[in-house]
Amino acid sequence: MRDRKITLGHGSGGRLSHEIYNKLVLKYFGNPALDELDDSAIVKGGKDIAFSTDGYVVKPIFFPGGNIGKLCVCGTVNDLSVCGARPLYLSCGMVVEEGFAFSDLEKIIAAMSVECKKAGVNVVAGDFKVVEKGAADGIFINTAGIGRLERRLKVKDIKAGDRVLYLGEVGAHGTAIIIARGNLKIKGAVKSDCRVLSPYLLPLLSVPGLRFMRDPTRGGLSGVLCELAGGSGNSITIKEDALPISKQVNAVCELTGLDPLYLANEGAAVIVVAEKDAAKVIRIVGAQHAAPKIREIGCVEPEKQGRVYMQTASGGRRILEMLSGEQLPRIC
Amino acid sequence: MKHITEYRDSTLVKSLVRKIDALNPPACNLMEVCGTHTMAIARAGLRDALPPQIKLISGPGCPVCVTAQRDIDYIVELARQPGVIIATFGDMVRVPGTLSSLERQRGDGARVAVVYSSDDVLSLAEDNPDDEVIFIAVGFETTAPGIAATILEARKRKLKNLSFFVTHKLVPPALAALGGMKDLKIDGLICPGHASIIIGVKVYRSLSAEKKLPCVVTGFEPLDMVEGIYLLVKQIVEGRGEVENQYSRLVREEGNPLAIKTMYKAFEVCDVEWRGLGIIPASGLRLKQSLSELDASRRFKVKPVKSKEPKGCRCGDVLCGKIPPSACKLFGKVCKPESPVGPCMVSSEGSCAAHYRYLVVSI
Repeated sequence: MRDRKITLGHGSGGRLSHEIYNKLVLKYFGNPALDELDDSAIVKGGKDIAFSTDGYVVKPIFFPGGNIGKLCVCGTVNDLSVCGARPLYLSCGMVVEEGFAFSDLEKIIAAMSVECKKAGVNVVAGDFKVVEKGAADGIFINTAGIGRLERRLKVKDIKAGDRVLYLGEVGAHGTAIIIARGNLKIKGAVKSDCRVLSPYLLPLLSVPGLRFMRDPTRGGLSGVLCELAGGSGNSITIKEDALPISKQVNAVCELTGLDPLYLANEGAAVIVVAEKDAAKVIRIVGAQHAAPKIREIGCVEPEKQGRVYMQTASGGRRILEMLSGEQLPRIC
Repeated sequence: MKHITEYRDSTLVKSLVRKIDALNPPACNLMEVCGTHTMAIARAGLRDALPPQIKLISGPGCPVCVTAQRDIDYIVELARQPGVIIATFGDMVRVPGTLSSLERQRGDGARVAVVYSSDDVLSLAEDNPDDEVIFIAVGFETTAPGIAATILEARKRKLKNLSFFVTHKLVPPALAALGGMKDLKIDGLICPGHASIIIGVKVYRSLSAEKKLPCVVTGFEPLDMVEGIYLLVKQIVEGRGEVENQYSRLVREEGNPLAIKTMYKAFEVCDVEWRGLGIIPASGLRLKQSLSELDASRRFKVKPVKSKEPKGCRCGDVLCGKIPPSACKLFGKVCKPESPVGPCMVSSEGSCAAHYRYLVVSI
């Protein structure tokens, strides 16, 4: 049989990525902390801590609303925060291509420091490697982060009748990157939503009805909803007209045929909360300084199919699936 | 996005659905010819909103899906040539040929550039003077004029390292071929909105008159589609079979004469092979003789692979509307969007992908 090759689809955050997690990562590394496949692992050691790592390979390195430095801090801080952990320490490994501008490297590191301050974290370990020209695309960064677990949130705790809230807007990061790549020759004022979420999410850990949180990065909102429905066993219904999709993001998606529900977000969170505490969560987030908008987008159904449905704006209903492979723009 | 929300207004959609219901329609098969309709219907969840006796079946309107296996194999072989950059619209990348796909070739080191507009290939060729850029020209009348303009511009700029593999197809001959199929029962055609902007409304008149077949040129927003379906059902109930234009805000009787003129400056009509439909006379476009130096199939002599359609794959029958995707034994089991066996599962406009991704459920 032909040896399969890694395709871009394996990095899309959809079904093919899950194949890598299940057929390779869990096969060789499987252990109780990793098997949950959560955004951070919860490990034993005195008090429970959360531990998370992520690699950043964004192209272009500088984009409207951020750069790879801001992204790598926000990404790891957010992965810890959605798991109910207070982010404390980061490590940072950089692989830089020969010939990379020193001033750009400084801009990246300065952006990291700004986000670290906002999140109250420190970079305490790091590594810096340079590879020859052509062996990397500018700069790759890996960050790992440790947080103190304040509340254990489990996907299994999601129950029928719970409300699904969305913090932030849908598809802004993915759209900003598409525009910044320049292939489309469209101009737009879309900025990445890249931001640290810990100031908004950590205060929610005291709300008794809070069930689960996850940030919809690669694979987008659809991907996260499918994970939540699959993980809890309950079906979820969302309303298309409740989704916070900006006019600009919508316009780019209409032009290209891309689906905003599969575009990456870097400053958004899906929050599942008991019905009785939904208003409280919205109030607490709203009270934080410069908080992104939060709203209810759907609810958890009693049905045990583990599916995600969308009530469309035009009155129909359809199933949302996890992305298969990379999203490709259409012919006409 | 002015005026988009109005065309997605659920109150208006529901009131039109009630009007369809009030017509008390018989069981009828309506074929949406265009792949964009297939996807738009699925995305809006429209099947679910319509009366159950109205069956929507997908036709041969997805450009990637109707591309013959032989052409896919040829394109994959072109990608394997040294010093070649294949430029293509995104949908084409993952379509599996007999042995490989552009995606797999890319993993093996082939250079495959996804372009958003055919014009992008001009700069791609200029920026890579030492490489041969080949643009894969697929699609219907919707994309053909734009690509024709690119071809004419390439000649004007005397680009020596750019060529075109043309496998364009025409909508009306395919519809006529479908109309002649005995085992296919179609009661009405939802005619493509985009292609009709170019070719106009008049092209459907002879087919409609000959078969007394209701045809409605229809737009792509939920309200457009429901109105198109309403007009078709009304014709069926009233025993009429004529051509109507729901998409009159963009489609004119004669189409876009300037675009058609440009199209025939670069292309001429030829017989062409369609997946599922076989060779249909005068249903395709090829480069004009005077532009043959830009023809990739003349410039590159590649060894043809013995083309074979995947075993068990019924894309051909799906494309003619003979079976729904779920009637194919491979659907959803072996053939999924992440491991497509046939092209209808690959393209975002493919009916199998649309059915799989936006599976319809009853409330």
